[in-house]
Order: sequence, then structure tokens, then C-alpha cells
Amino acid sequence: MIKKGILLLLLVGFVAVIGSLLINFTGSKELNPLARYYAENGPAEVGAANLVTAVVVTYRGFDTLGEVTILFIAAAIVGFLLKVLNADNGRPNKLRKTSEILETASTLLVPTIFMLGVYIFVNGHLTPGGGFQGGAVIATGVMMIILARPASQFNHKLISILESVSGVGFVAMGVLGLILASGFLNNAFLPLGKLGNLLSAGAIPIIYVFIGIKVGSELTGILNSLKENQNEI
Amino acid sequence: MAHYLTLEFLAMLIGFMLIVIGLWGMITQKNLIKIVIGFSLFDTGLNIVIVSMAYIKNSTAPIIDKAVDVSQAASKVADPVPQALVLTSIVIGLGVTALMLAYVLRMYREKKSLDINSYTDLKW
Repeated sequence: MIKKGILLLLLVGFVAVIGSLLINFTGSKELNPLARYYAENGPAEVGAANLVTAVVVTYRGFDTLGEVTILFIAAAIVGFLLKVLNADNGRPNKLRKTSEILETASTLLVPTIFMLGVYIFVNGHLTPGGGFQGGAVIATGVMMIILARPASQFNHKLISILESVSGVGFVAMGVLGLILASGFLNNAFLPLGKLGNLLSAGAIPIIYVFIGIKVGSELTGILNSLKENQNEI
Repeated sequence: MAHYLTLEFLAMLIGFMLIVIGLWGMITQKNLIKIVIGFSLFDTGLNIVIVSMAYIKNSTAPIIDKAVDVSQAASKVADPVPQALVLTSIVIGLGVTALMLAYVLRMYREKKSLDINSYTDLKW
């Protein structure tokens, strides 16, 4: 009883704190100076039509590098925790057979989903989207393969090679920016091109392709280790 | 009253409601999977709140195209910085959720129970 009272008190207090924040909230009428700087100078300095991409990949590119590292560590710990202990594949598969509809639809949909993912991260500097979203879309395609064909095996070596190569490529692009342009992850060492073209914004498309492959392979690795554990329990 | 019916206020209200539901789920539920779901709801609500703070009245997405000219970008677009932060936070949230589910799987493998009350090893 006391426990429940304390919980209720905690929740009511929390609601009171955020409620006062909410009631006093009025939307802002104009951009703050930092955002104004990005909006005014971003197109000329970075050359990306999508200002969010300009912020994520160049102005705050170091944050993104850290974020990719966090995702990598999460994937590595998931793989470590869910290491298959008794890998006898002779154990009977308890999974239900997948339906005909899902199996047939996946042959059509999976390549389309992969293509959509690649489209999203290649066009990250022009349209809403980017490496993280594209990588996540690719991972949904992998999820569909797992649902439709539970017996399929993924090549661990290929996944880890893709992940390592794209991670090293991302850092190498940053170092190239340090050597050839003004700073780490500066994209201006390649020609900026015309605003709005596919081949513009310097190194941003290349960096986003690396991020897309890295995120896609990391999420595939996580899904794969979760899948390989379903027979363990 | 009028300012309570704007888009950004309603988005923020929904975000805060999700945060409260997530917190309630995290502290009252006994099932480990439900605790993870509560965490995930908290995370989503937080993202909605941050994005709703980035909204500027009558502004559009921060993408330069036919509708938004380069010269007048600063007066027409929403704040790109919180959106970039949320982009980061969504991916981190996904990674953390996967990590927690992996812990849950591992704990279930040890004790064959999803009830948090059966894990008393760290309780004094």
C-alpha cells in the first residue's frame, strides 16, 4: 500500500513538473541565431539542400561518428550476450511454418525494400532521409526475410566485413577532410556542385552511403543474433 | 485558449502524455518485456517533445527546393538542429531497446521467468 502511494506521488509530482512546462510553452515565432546561421550559410558552405543533413553530417559530424560508435557497441554487446551456447542444428525446429502468402510476397517485396533503402540514403542530402533511415529500411527487408524464411542463414563474415569497411570509410572521409580541407569531416574537399543535384554537397553522399551500409549491417547483425536465439529457449 | 489548440502545443501534449505513460509502465509493470515497452514509449514521447519545440509558426521543412528559395530560407524553415538531434536519438533508442531485449532474453534463459520479482540477486 505504501509502495503504491509512493509510486502515485512520484507520478503526480512528475506530471506537475512537466505540466507547468507545458502550460507555459508558446511556440517560437522565429529561428534562434544558431539555426539562422545554419539556414543562411548552410547552402553556400556545405551545398546540401537538406539542412538537417548539413547539420548531421558536417556541422555536427563528430556527434554522428559517436552515434555510429554507440550503435556499433550496442550491436556488439547484443552479439556477445546472445552467443549461441549449444549450437546443435539437429535440434527440431519448433517454429511454425510460414504462410504461402508471406513467402511469395517476400520474393517481390524484399528487393523493392532494399532498393528503397538505397534510394533513401543516396538522396539523403536532397530529400528527407539519410544514412540512418536508409539503413533501418534495409534492416526491415532483412526482418522480412527472417519472417518469411526462418531457416535461412546469414553470412556473419560478410556482415562484419561490410560493417568494418564502411566504418573505416567514414573515418577516412573525415581524415581526408582534415588533410585536404579545413577540418575533420569537412565535406568541401570534393567539388560542392550545384545545389539540388544528386552529385553535389561534396563528400556528404559518400559519407551517407557509408553510414547507410554500416547501420544496415549493424541492425542486420542484431536481428540475426535475436533470430538465432529463438531455438535456444 | 487559442494557443492551446496550435499544432506545436498538441504535439507537445501528446509527447508528454507518452512520457508519463512510459514512466508509469516502467515503474509499475512486473513483466520485463512491458518495462522495455515503457522505456520505448518514454523515448518516443521525448522525441516528439523535442521536435515540437523546433517548430516555428507557419514554417516548412528545412529543405531547400522550389518552395523554399536559398535567399529566404532563414524566414521560412523550421529549426534544423533539434531535428538532427532527434534523428540521432531515434537510432540510439533503437540500439538501446535491442540491447535491453537481449538482456531480457539472456535473463529468461537463466531463470525461465519474465517476472521482475524473481530476480532478487541484487536485492538486499
